[in-house]
Amino acid sequence: MSSRVGVVTFPGSLDDRDAQRAVRLAGGEPVALWHGDDDLHGVAAVVLPGGFSYGDYLRCGAIARFAPVMSAVVREARRGLPVLGVCNGFQVLCEAHLLPGALIRNDSRHFVCRDQRLRVESTDSAWTAGYAVGQEVVIPLKNGEGGYVADPATLDRLEGEGHVVVRYLDVNPNGSARDIAGVRNEAGNVVGLMPHPEHAVDALTGPGTDGLPFFTSVLDDLVRA
Amino acid sequence: MSTTTSPRLDTVERAAATPEIELPYAELGVTTDEYARIRAILGRRPTASELAMYSVMWSEHCSYKSSKVHLRRFAEIPAETRVGKLLAGIGENAGVVDIGQGYAVTFKAESHNHPSYVEPYQGAATGVGGIVRDILAMGARPIGVMDALRFGPADAPDTARVLPGVVAGVGGYGNCLGLPNIGGEVSFDPCYLGNPLVNALCVGVLRHEDLKLAQAPGPGNKVILYGAKTGGDGIGGASVLASATFDAEGKPAKRPSVQIGDPFTEKLLIECSLELFRDDLVVGIQDLGAAGLSCATSELASAGTGGMDVTLDDVPLRDPSLTPEEILMSESQERMMAVVEPGKVDAFLATCAKWEVEATVVGTVTGTGRLRIAWHGETIVDVPPRTVAHEGPVYERPYERPESLDALRRNDPGVLPRPSSGAELRASLLRVVAAPEQAAKSWVTDQYDRYVLGNTVLATPDDAGVLRVDEETGLGIALSLDGNGRQCALDPYTGAQLVLAEAYRNVAVKGARPLAVTDCLNFGSPEEPGVMWQFTETIRGLVDGCGELGVPVTGGNVSFYNQTGDTQIHPTPVVGVLGVLDDVRRRVPAGLVDGGSLFLVGETRDELGGSAWAHVEHGHLGGAPPRVDLAAERALAELVHGLAARGAALAAHDLSGGGLAQALVESCLAGGVGATVALPAGVDPFVALFSESSARALVLVRPEDADPLTARCAELALPVARLGDAGGDVLSVTGFFDVPLAELRETHEGTLPRLFG
Repeated sequence: MSSRVGVVTFPGSLDDRDAQRAVRLAGGEPVALWHGDDDLHGVAAVVLPGGFSYGDYLRCGAIARFAPVMSAVVREARRGLPVLGVCNGFQVLCEAHLLPGALIRNDSRHFVCRDQRLRVESTDSAWTAGYAVGQEVVIPLKNGEGGYVADPATLDRLEGEGHVVVRYLDVNPNGSARDIAGVRNEAGNVVGLMPHPEHAVDALTGPGTDGLPFFTSVLDDLVRA
Repeated sequence: MSTTTSPRLDTVERAAATPEIELPYAELGVTTDEYARIRAILGRRPTASELAMYSVMWSEHCSYKSSKVHLRRFAEIPAETRVGKLLAGIGENAGVVDIGQGYAVTFKAESHNHPSYVEPYQGAATGVGGIVRDILAMGARPIGVMDALRFGPADAPDTARVLPGVVAGVGGYGNCLGLPNIGGEVSFDPCYLGNPLVNALCVGVLRHEDLKLAQAPGPGNKVILYGAKTGGDGIGGASVLASATFDAEGKPAKRPSVQIGDPFTEKLLIECSLELFRDDLVVGIQDLGAAGLSCATSELASAGTGGMDVTLDDVPLRDPSLTPEEILMSESQERMMAVVEPGKVDAFLATCAKWEVEATVVGTVTGTGRLRIAWHGETIVDVPPRTVAHEGPVYERPYERPESLDALRRNDPGVLPRPSSGAELRASLLRVVAAPEQAAKSWVTDQYDRYVLGNTVLATPDDAGVLRVDEETGLGIALSLDGNGRQCALDPYTGAQLVLAEAYRNVAVKGARPLAVTDCLNFGSPEEPGVMWQFTETIRGLVDGCGELGVPVTGGNVSFYNQTGDTQIHPTPVVGVLGVLDDVRRRVPAGLVDGGSLFLVGETRDELGGSAWAHVEHGHLGGAPPRVDLAAERALAELVHGLAARGAALAAHDLSGGGLAQALVESCLAGGVGATVALPAGVDPFVALFSESSARALVLVRPEDADPLTARCAELALPVARLGDAGGDVLSVTGFFDVPLAELRETHEGTLPRLFG
């Protein structure tokens, strides 16, 4: 199986190059995917990177979900293609109904950029298999609209079925329900989170390398497949 | 004044036929002499559109008419760094510096002070947007931003209005553009209450061969306007013209004079432009900033073959009711103008379409030597473009040292009561590092994305921002942006050199080689001889200082009229220094590391004039600023560079505002490690802790590197004192006081959140 991982560029995507670099440092081959192209060019996994797609002038991610590339991503995700949404990518996945819930403006009303301590709650996903349950990691967080919300029943189900992937420690930086930083779908192939693992892949340019397992996990999975 | 009531177009033909009509030039800020000069240049009265162009291009902001004669002195500094000749200097959109390995860096700081006072969010946001386009227009990919912000007292009601808006604007625009914010300053002084300073810096990187210049050569080439549509925002006095020359009925209400930013469009503009450059589709390029189309058309034409024909009807408009004068003056954001060979126009437009950026051919380069602009088939502008862009008025304003300075200089800080016991020193230290001016700025900088693009090696609160340029070789840059209005108020010549030295030192203590300078010169009204004296002294200080340090000034800007009534801001030159690191893996961070040996390099004298201690503890400003020793600055830079190259420096941090006390606190908190230090013998403990003598730094080395360090300092004639060791979770000043790190953190980091929530 190939180690080609697609990284989508929407108009206003910002961390697309960073995500490509993370794929490369993890040993994979990054493939740039264009929002207007509904062909995934045979990639074995897809990353929806951070940024402000279409300026986020409407609800974050609300326009990007209608991009041609997203019909292919949604179709293939339902067939098991590993998909990771980071920050704006998480928002797009929620808007596309690949993940439950929504992201709203931070309760502080400010954009926040910080090195965030997290606990890995689930390793039962394509993107977190390389971690240990309960492992504590530091990964940069940077968002203005990162407050995770869902109705109580959905939150209970996420918790009960082990779909919460990462949780904030020390500080809840944006008012997320139950300190949830990231979630997965039922099958575990789709993961979304607000923190940016692609900014924690090299100790020179980040707080450490705690984010790298997101990318090695999926590559290991692909190699095994 | 005209009594015309019909909506007649003021064409060149009509202007020639109606010499008796006098346009309302004074209301556009044009003097009687300047108006006469325009008439002489054209041999007739100007049309309304021509007057609009001359008025904005001959404004202080665009023409530098009061500062030009002084800024010329920067040319005395050799336009060369230790790496090579400057690839572009003052006069281009931004200076371009060779950093080796085929790379060049372009960087520039610019002010957006007045708009940020009127409308803090949009003023600051469009300040960032404007400087980013300047960098882009050089053919470079923007890779980082910094901002130096100055406000009135932190607890003043208006600061609560201005500061959060400015910070949100800088963040809102920069974050959405995807540029890491890697440093800058936030400071407070009553003099900035009615005149906050918002100075933004952008840095970009390019390969030598990709350099682009603002010129329009080659008759027959097409002139393309691309980016946002032109709207009515940012139009200063154009409506005055319109209502005076035309029937004013049916016009929409006057629009906001502060421009509105759209960072999403700017992001597309960046990616689109870089693709156009990559595919070699552009002959010349200019961004549209102040003075909009008036500036872009006249500057491109005068720097090229010398002529251009523009059809103003083809400019895409957000508001179809705009008059031609308004279109020429509009400062709508996110627009660029390119000169393109006819055979490449289709490819150019296709790339713009890919990025969903609107692009329109609006003109043609000619060899006529005239800038001609048509509207509805008639010529409304026909001027020699150089007279608009480059041959504006030049004033030699009178200047005179203000007498009030004598009293200020006599008011020596030596008369102030000084702390001496351990308890007093401890209390002073805590109050100084908690003062808004000196406190941690994380409440501000945590609102900025410092990670995006994945090349940020160091950022605030470290001394300088450090960015990786090449992933393979590790080549990178360091940048610092500094100002100190209080020291400049005491002595603008020395103050300017102190500011320059601080920025130079901040870059040097990261292990980088300082290469070049940009500056933002913020002053009161040039019509006041005292202010003009401050300005000329500042230029003299910078020219002498940059010459001695071997760092050319590559560009920058001047902001005058930062005064409300008779209250002027302190003379506030803000200086940015760019340095190069051959390998960013060798950078030296500011945070202490457990087990290191801590040294103070440099000489400490009793120098508290304009100091943070005098300001915080006594509300005092007076006496003389610290002495400047640029030879010692060079030696210090040499020292740290040598240590860094050998991997022998564990940490280094510059001493500036708040002296050793402040530096120790910052280094402890940055590393999360305490220190046990003994104050140097032979220096009064208070002076040792709070003096702001320049050319000093904290240096941390492994114990086994201590002797080589002192030996190297001796070679460089740098005084050095061993302070003690890093470790533990207490800052302990032996014989005087202890402060636990947790208390320091609460004290230093709690102030801004308490003030601004």
